[in-house]
Amino acid sequence: MRTVNTYIGSPVERIEDQRFLTGTGEYVGDMSREGMWHAVFLRSPVGHGRILKIDASAALALEGVRAVLTGDDMGEDVPTIPFRRPNPTIGPFAQPIIGRGKVRYFGEPIAVVLADSQEIAEDALGLIDVEYEQLPAVLDRETCFADKVLLFEAQKSNVTSVFNAQKGSADEAFAKADVVVKDRFYTQRQTATPMETRGLLAEWDEKNRRLRVSGAAKLPFFNRKTMADMMKLPEEAVDYIEVDVGGGFGARGEFYPEDFLCAFAARKFNKPIKWVEDRREHFTAIGHSRECEAQVELALSKDGTILGMRGDLYVNIGAYVRPNGMTPVRNAAQFMTGPYRVPNIDLKAHAFVSNKTPAGTYRGPGRYEGCFFMERLMEMAADALQMDRVALRRKNLLTNTEMPYPLATVLPSDGRAETNCDSGDYRETFDRCLKEFHWDEKAKLDGQQVDGRYHGIAIASFIEGGASGPSEACKLELEADGSVTLYIGSSSIGQGVETVMLQITADALELPMDRLRIYHGSTDLLKEGWGSYGSRATVMGGSAIMMAAEKMLDRFREEAAKRLNVDPSSLTIAEGVARHADGRSVPLAEVASAKIVTEAKYTSWTPTYTYGAGAVHVAVDADTGHVQVLEYLVVDDVGRIINPLTLHGQVMGAAVQGFGSVFSEELAYDDQGTLLVGSLADYLLPLATDYPHIHCISTDNYPTPNHPIGAKGAGEGGIIPIGGVVANAVSSALKSFGVAPNILPLSPNRIWDLVQAAKRKA
Amino acid sequence: MTVSFDVNGRKVTVDPAARTTLADCLRHDVGMTGTHVGCEHGVCGACTVIVNGEAVRSCLMLAVQADGAKITTIEGIGAGEELSPLQLAFKKHHGLQCGFCTPGMLTTLHALLSQEPDADEERIRDVLSGNICRCTGYIPIIEAAMEAREAYRAKAGES
Ligand code: FES
Ligand code: FES
Repeated sequence: MRTVNTYIGSPVERIEDQRFLTGTGEYVGDMSREGMWHAVFLRSPVGHGRILKIDASAALALEGVRAVLTGDDMGEDVPTIPFRRPNPTIGPFAQPIIGRGKVRYFGEPIAVVLADSQEIAEDALGLIDVEYEQLPAVLDRETCFADKVLLFEAQKSNVTSVFNAQKGSADEAFAKADVVVKDRFYTQRQTATPMETRGLLAEWDEKNRRLRVSGAAKLPFFNRKTMADMMKLPEEAVDYIEVDVGGGFGARGEFYPEDFLCAFAARKFNKPIKWVEDRREHFTAIGHSRECEAQVELALSKDGTILGMRGDLYVNIGAYVRPNGMTPVRNAAQFMTGPYRVPNIDLKAHAFVSNKTPAGTYRGPGRYEGCFFMERLMEMAADALQMDRVALRRKNLLTNTEMPYPLATVLPSDGRAETNCDSGDYRETFDRCLKEFHWDEKAKLDGQQVDGRYHGIAIASFIEGGASGPSEACKLELEADGSVTLYIGSSSIGQGVETVMLQITADALELPMDRLRIYHGSTDLLKEGWGSYGSRATVMGGSAIMMAAEKMLDRFREEAAKRLNVDPSSLTIAEGVARHADGRSVPLAEVASAKIVTEAKYTSWTPTYTYGAGAVHVAVDADTGHVQVLEYLVVDDVGRIINPLTLHGQVMGAAVQGFGSVFSEELAYDDQGTLLVGSLADYLLPLATDYPHIHCISTDNYPTPNHPIGAKGAGEGGIIPIGGVVANAVSSALKSFGVAPNILPLSPNRIWDLVQAAKRKA
Repeated sequence: MTVSFDVNGRKVTVDPAARTTLADCLRHDVGMTGTHVGCEHGVCGACTVIVNGEAVRSCLMLAVQADGAKITTIEGIGAGEELSPLQLAFKKHHGLQCGFCTPGMLTTLHALLSQEPDADEERIRDVLSGNICRCTGYIPIIEAAMEAREAYRAKAGES
């Protein structure tokens, strides 16, 4: 491993940029095949209903329309999508790959039109005659728990599972408490919104009975297995091919109904089938996330020591349990305490179905929600104790001597019931954040009115999980010219995987980066592999690379020793050359004829925890409800920085996404279950003019002891604390009114309402 | 109906349906897939191309309206593999991650800075507020644009 002048830690410019800057990248929508058919989906226009009749005859009569598939073409039983993280109770709630008989959300696919062009297929949609009997919709916790309307009649309730996060004895802690604060909080429904919509190209090779799916992301290997099982094919007969991907953020790349339907059509008609989602359908179809209501309380002693936490979280997961639909639910329960020392915990997270788009993950799943609830409680506790809010947080932050520190255990187990914070001093980043933010100076403005607006500041702390198991695999191949090719299971979703992986490879092999090439994310490159999600690519993929590189250097040493007729252990390797003490040497290219190929699989279920703090300064116009972010600073410690340039970009991008979460993005429904968002003009993503003052500082003072690479997963740090910190800054700005911003988003009308209500009360 | 236009200095003649957008025509008929489509509603700006010197959303323009026009797309911003100062600044400042919004960012900025090489940060932000990027948070894009102004000024000085 190279130890001086390393690529690791350097702001290496990205190798993927060249093709993106010249318009020569290849995204799935750019692909085409001779004679391919275009797929377009007919989707349910009702939130909850029964399909009485589907008549596609007029559509089929349209020139250029090749076929229309409905649930009746799927055989006796419509297949359902398997879970990625199963648990005992979710079985009956799996998503069927097409709606038949009953539809449970606006946008549920009920037919596929296949035509010579996308335009013709879209024309045909309007010609399909469907009759529905509309049913009353379940949309929120009240209608869900009334159990008057059941989404699944065979089940007795709309609740799919209850996760319990436990540690110590919460009830005893509350009995002893000097102060208890409690309230109800809510985070709104959102979605990741990558700029490239989804799409795929499915090709069937009838002669060899092989399926090839292009447009893979996130989990190519898992999805290949899922697809093979559902298509009743051997796993080796399916390939998932990754091309360039226009953003993922947790939502893209899970196994969706459209994946199966396109593949099914490709085999049935022996034609390449291409589908590119349009933006409106994207909002109805891709995984939603974040809709969570909390009723929670925190117990403290007089001196501000947290004694315990308990309560209930209610997560609206939409119509079905999708492959990773439980991740945000169990995460919210396990990670709500965040970086704070909470010895006694009893939280229940209830997942319930509703007539909305099924949910999955979005950057910082469950952690963003949990951090908002926790930080609001901390702010309320500081008020109740009349204690300085910085001092209160500092007192309860975990320190280095307490590591590893066990978080609450979550049952039922989905394989990861128990987990420990791995390393770090959470006070250190907190203090650094205060200092760089010039907290004391800004505190003078807190709650003050300046030029008609109220200023407020706040600080919040967070932990971010990374290094999701189970494993990652890679292969290194020595080429004839002495260069090395890396094949790796980690996929790219736009985060710069190619550059980061090659930095690690270059240092591990002690070769210059331009002697390396990378192929990644496709299942035809490697026997096994995994993918990129849960901030895992760098840790898991990077660790696999280090193992494979070590093997390659050993093989190099052996081959060189043979040529020099010496003992392998007498050789030292540096910068692609094996040297003997007598001055003789063998360059790597010279042993290329030995065709050195080494493989490695890195297996670990031990997550990493990046951690940090975010501080914000806002100015609130009490007359209009508008909030301006004057400054946001986030400091995180990521264990080991591989590429400061891409890391900084990730944290910064996450922060701006977070402001969208706090202020403007909301997937609203009407009372029938119709999604009210139809375009990017209704779903307000942050724009270039909105949040210009953001600063991110990353440190690597505490490498994880659990992985040889030392790095922890990163990229969510900017977003996790943002709900809590902004809400607290707004409440601090408006403290003269006494408002409690406990419901997100903090849109101007919501803040205006809060101010008006406070004025009426006064 | 046949339509002819000039794309990045190359004359092309295509036969799009009346309803085909310029974006689809460029991507599927001309085969230049560098122009991206992120919404088809005129909101995201990914599909921006330069038509007769002006930045235009090619999802909102019909191909037939482009007859006789001079069009610059992402593929024509630099000189093939060689990156222009604007592209280089994007690389240096990490002004792109997934690259999906990048074609629209580059064409929008190229049109702006060709006309206004002295545009200040506020002006640049204002113009870019019509282009959505979900990855970068915009700050690195603005930094790249500010740095690239120098080259556009020099070019304006030459002509
Ligand atoms: S695709 Fe044209 S503006 Fe979005
Ligand atoms: S770089 Fe991904 S949307 Fe801008």
